[in-house]
Amino acid sequence: MSFVEFGIALVKIALILFALLTGAAYLVLLERWIAAWVQDRRGPNRVGIPFTKIKMFGLGQPLADGLKMIFKEEYTPSHVDKFLYTLAPISIMAAAIIPFAVIPFGSVLPPFSIAGEAINIQLVLAPNVDVGMIFVFAMGSIAVYGVILGGWASNNKYSFLGGLRSSAQLIAYELPLGLGILGVVLATGSLRLEDIIRQQADTGVWNVIMQPIGFLVFMVASFAESARLPFDLPEAEQELIGGYHTEYSGLRLLLYLIAEFLHMVTAAFLISILFLGGWHLWGVTGSGDESITWVTALLRVAVLLAKVFGMILFFMLVRWSWPRFRFDQLMALAWKVMLPLGMVNLAIMAVVVEYQTQILRALGGSQAALIALMWAIAILAWVIAGLISPLATDNRPRVELSDRL
Amino acid sequence: MKPNDPAIKWLEDPKLGLAGKMYVPLFVQGLTTTARHLFSPKITVDFPEVRPKIHNPLIYRGVHRLNKDAAGRVKCVACFLCATACPAHCIDIVAAPSPWPDREKYPESFTIDELRCIFCGMCEEACPVDAIELTSLFDLTGRSREEMIFDKEKLLSVFDETVDAEPMQSAAVGGTL
Repeated sequence: MSFVEFGIALVKIALILFALLTGAAYLVLLERWIAAWVQDRRGPNRVGIPFTKIKMFGLGQPLADGLKMIFKEEYTPSHVDKFLYTLAPISIMAAAIIPFAVIPFGSVLPPFSIAGEAINIQLVLAPNVDVGMIFVFAMGSIAVYGVILGGWASNNKYSFLGGLRSSAQLIAYELPLGLGILGVVLATGSLRLEDIIRQQADTGVWNVIMQPIGFLVFMVASFAESARLPFDLPEAEQELIGGYHTEYSGLRLLLYLIAEFLHMVTAAFLISILFLGGWHLWGVTGSGDESITWVTALLRVAVLLAKVFGMILFFMLVRWSWPRFRFDQLMALAWKVMLPLGMVNLAIMAVVVEYQTQILRALGGSQAALIALMWAIAILAWVIAGLISPLATDNRPRVELSDRL
Repeated sequence: MKPNDPAIKWLEDPKLGLAGKMYVPLFVQGLTTTARHLFSPKITVDFPEVRPKIHNPLIYRGVHRLNKDAAGRVKCVACFLCATACPAHCIDIVAAPSPWPDREKYPESFTIDELRCIFCGMCEEACPVDAIELTSLFDLTGRSREEMIFDKEKLLSVFDETVDAEPMQSAAVGGTL
């Protein structure tokens, strides 16, 4: 590795870290705005440039929030396990940032040269990691440790319950998440995120078009993995007064909150990359990397970021549309609905990938017919799943099956 | 009581329709409601810049004022009915023989502790001559406790400030004068 390449990697790291942390701070503002607008309020619109009367629609709010958090007393209760109590927020923050090492935020920049050395910059920190998808998945699972450690070390019943709920929930939803990814991996034949995007760009068929069930399963599971509102049982302010971060304050709490938002950003990136074509948009971005111009390169970044932003907006709107599940409903959804649907998707994709030529020949060689078939199967599977296992809210004590019949 | 006790009446949950069993239609319905509110007009008032519109200032219970009659004299006859009615005991009146021939007494001093006041409007109800009234001024602030004890001059000046926007209620609501 030459000196220049090393410098480029450092610049990328700095850029990604800066963008993530600033982004998370502004996502908090966005979240508060959306919350306010959905409830017919105005939201934070006062804080602008300090010491002036310029308000800038409240865009100074993240700075004020951050300052507030930093200057708050960082209280360590006497009954906690001090080492784990401090380790937990650090580990969850690290696990939330690390996946961005392999998540691309564009395709490539056109080749140029610095000091006579030809340079090809790929817009991802660690390009062409063969196990990219597995890496992201593994780091997502490590995030559970932060939650469980925090809940356990806090030595508090609410925190402990939050940690327990979180572990049960994340384990349950990792299966549908994995099944959703497996369909994509089968279709691509690679675990590299860049290859997954490139395959969608080359064929022009995004995975969401080809695998609607996989998309749905993956999206629901990633909502659960990032503990966003229909699935935010680990925190559940009303029941657990914050769950695993009840005992935290100051900077440690800030780490937890930022990590939470970063999980949402990761989920939005993954949904965009795996299913929504990454940086690809028909007729705008092209597909190959060879003759890329600066305009196309920047357009690709913009398209990808726009998709991610759209997904984040969707995450935030869902928060105000759907009430929280009860825990048994959450488990029923994971094991009775999402897992079978994910398996259906996996089976279909395996058949389609293995017998692609035969199926296409049988359908008269038209890709559209194949897509229509996939959608028909998807809707059929969804209807069957809905009819067999609706999330009935049956609170009555269980009766013997023979009494019912 | 056991779960199968005949005295327990178990209510059946409403049955889910097809749309409910499929989740997605109802979910889309909920999402459109959310999105509609996202762009609907906002209810919050940008307070210091925009004053909220008070529906009917005549029946609003804000800061007190002491009304003046046509000759500019204080209307109060120092009968102590308001001070007696006041549940918070925040009105303090010192009566003196009236310098005017049309009444026996007048208030030499009339103080209301706005911090003790609960703005119930009983003084306004009790007053036989409609001398004390509650205005629609609601954003009352002060830098000290002493500042918030309103004397007669202050209460009369509130009348001068508000009389244009809120005429005396007697005529409007069929009062005694």
